[in-house]
Amino acid sequence: MLLHLPSTARQYLSALRILLVLTVLTGIVYPLAVTGIAQAVFPHRANGSLIEDHSRPVASALLGQNFALPKRNPADPAEQLRPDPRWFQPRPSSADAGKGAGPYDPTYSGASNLGPTDPDLVAAVGRRRAAVAAFDGVDPRTVPADAVTASGSGLDPDISPAYAREQADRVARARRLPSGRVRGLVEAHVEGRGLGFLGEPHVNVVELNHDLASLG
Amino acid sequence: MNDTLAGWLQILALVAALALCHRPLGDYVAHCLTTTRHLRAERLVYRTGGVDGDAEQTWPAYMRSLLAFSAVSVLFLYAFLRLQNHLLLSLGMKPVAPDLAFNTATSFVTNTNWQAYSGESAMGHLVQMAGLAVQNFVSAAVGIAVVAALIRGFTRKRTHHIGNFWVDLTRIVLRVLLPVAFVFALVLVAAGVIQNFHGAQALTTVAGDHQSITGGPVASQEAIKELGTNGGGFYSANSAHPFENPTGFTDLVEIFLLLVIPFALPRTFGTMVRDRRQGYAVVAVMALIWAASVTVVTINELHSVSSPAGHAAGGMMEGKEQRFGIWSSALFAVSTTLTSCGAVNAAHDSFTPGGGGLLIFNMMLGEIAPGGTGSGLYGILVVAVIAVFVAGLMVGRTPEYLGKKLGSREIKFASLYILSTPAIVLVGAGIAMSLPGEQKAMTNSGPHGFSEVLYAFTSAANNNGSAFAGLQANTVWYNTALGLAMVFGRFLPMVFVLALSGALARQRPVPVTAGTLPTHRPQFVGLLAGVILIVVGLTYFPALALGPLAEGLH
Repeated sequence: MLLHLPSTARQYLSALRILLVLTVLTGIVYPLAVTGIAQAVFPHRANGSLIEDHSRPVASALLGQNFALPKRNPADPAEQLRPDPRWFQPRPSSADAGKGAGPYDPTYSGASNLGPTDPDLVAAVGRRRAAVAAFDGVDPRTVPADAVTASGSGLDPDISPAYAREQADRVARARRLPSGRVRGLVEAHVEGRGLGFLGEPHVNVVELNHDLASLG
Repeated sequence: MNDTLAGWLQILALVAALALCHRPLGDYVAHCLTTTRHLRAERLVYRTGGVDGDAEQTWPAYMRSLLAFSAVSVLFLYAFLRLQNHLLLSLGMKPVAPDLAFNTATSFVTNTNWQAYSGESAMGHLVQMAGLAVQNFVSAAVGIAVVAALIRGFTRKRTHHIGNFWVDLTRIVLRVLLPVAFVFALVLVAAGVIQNFHGAQALTTVAGDHQSITGGPVASQEAIKELGTNGGGFYSANSAHPFENPTGFTDLVEIFLLLVIPFALPRTFGTMVRDRRQGYAVVAVMALIWAASVTVVTINELHSVSSPAGHAAGGMMEGKEQRFGIWSSALFAVSTTLTSCGAVNAAHDSFTPGGGGLLIFNMMLGEIAPGGTGSGLYGILVVAVIAVFVAGLMVGRTPEYLGKKLGSREIKFASLYILSTPAIVLVGAGIAMSLPGEQKAMTNSGPHGFSEVLYAFTSAANNNGSAFAGLQANTVWYNTALGLAMVFGRFLPMVFVLALSGALARQRPVPVTAGTLPTHRPQFVGLLAGVILIVVGLTYFPALALGPLAEGLH
């Protein structure tokens, strides 16, 4: 009435062989086929949307970077990075392995994971608000939320348009550029929602700063 | 366009896309599970495995095949992780430690994808694509195989046969998961997700600093990670990482992928039992719970004043990406915790007490609205059995569902199913809290620290895999305890479902009479939703009161 019942050992051997066949199909053939097509049709995107200067990559447009002053003592892993007023600043980041490389470390992606009632997080937000307001020369109450919170990945390349606009005058002063030119550059970098309704409007800090460098 | 309008449009677009796929995908899966014709590639698989594709199995035989396949998968993946340093494309990664390898192997085989490691610093490319991602395919197929067996229990009469595990597994992988994943992997690359085999690439940054970027075959893994409701990220930050999820568009594609099969399977069910209204009733319950949860979590996250950190920042943006913002993060979080997917595009740990608490509750529902691939549907069908039983008690007659009597044997299996997962969650979290050493793993203190532990065991036992990631869970104790929670949380319920299927299949159907409870009307939709909420609420209320509720009232 039933199929011939295989012994336990035969059962496990069948399982192993089927797993191996499926491993070849889904674990080797499938990713290789996707890679082949991706590299042929969308090489720029498949390789991380790299931004190049004189054919040397300086960034991935998708990953945030630090725009900090040189360290006073490069050998000291505990020294905090200080923001460089000549650049637009990204959001705070938790992707910091604590080994001196600073945040925005793509080998250490992640969030702070601090809870909504955590006293350390509340205190950190307050400190960031005061620091950002003093740095940009604005009223602390107007500093937007993204400027005082760390992102989920720690690699968020984007800031809100409000935070970018807040920084424009400070960047213009530090670079001795006309304020209008820097503001115009910010507006040119404001990206709306995908298809008009997907996600949030944002400004890509890496692309903005890369174009800023070419302004002089 | 203002935020609210854009947010609602995004949800509407998602619902429309899911509704469009419901019929064709559901009917296609039903066809794959019922046809007698084998493809040439499938014959090749059966021949290699030495199994007969035309044979039928009893429920114990089906279960033994399933458990053998899963056990072999755990051992294979464990060996792969332990030996990765000897393999190609290892990127110089060290072998994974024994406890972490056990945890990771069980995690991927059980469709949980709990990750106590960071992908970018622990896994080489080969182990990601040929070890972990393979389980993303097959563990999802195993879930669908089990629900196929359960549906056959309802549709067949006076037989001991409930299908063939090897045929169900192979067909789901080759005919459903592989083609859909292939198409969407390319869609994701076109929209910016990376797909390459680069190792660490050092570059001098725009400001003259140094940065090291790790590439990988990400898009191919991302597609099946969502489609199979697996959730294991290539990188530690999962779908918050810009290489996995670069834009608002890819974000919606990923949410769509993780919901599309679970929301289509009720159609498969309706088609296979030859009464599509039964499927509509089930999908209505799933959709109601999902929509309510999306609404409540979004409102919680928008009202930042409800938590001290949100109040200080002026918005709940801690742990969220600027390109997604509140709306997309809340939508993703609800969808991933209601599906057993567990991918995340934001840090759930930093959600408001109300929002984060509801994410835990979502998982506690047992991953049935719409739930994981296959596991969601068999979960809700077991609760439907309980709901019919409850209704039968009210009127005092033997309950029946889809023409099958629900006697003591059937109700025993359904009850064991309902009890097994909460037992694992509550006992596990209880033991963790009573061990002073393990309490140290919490990043947060007070009720939120307890929530981290409760979230971990709820996530593991329900095979979700997301985390309140502040919990430092890469310890021997947590790796072992959560590994066991995943194994028992996956396979105990499956055994009960298969036993239930066997009990149903051998029955002769009873005719529908005036006294039969109709299970396709709004009345039954309300009854089923009510039973789900009451059973879960009563089971977990004390634990929730100690964690998220205490924190919210703080």
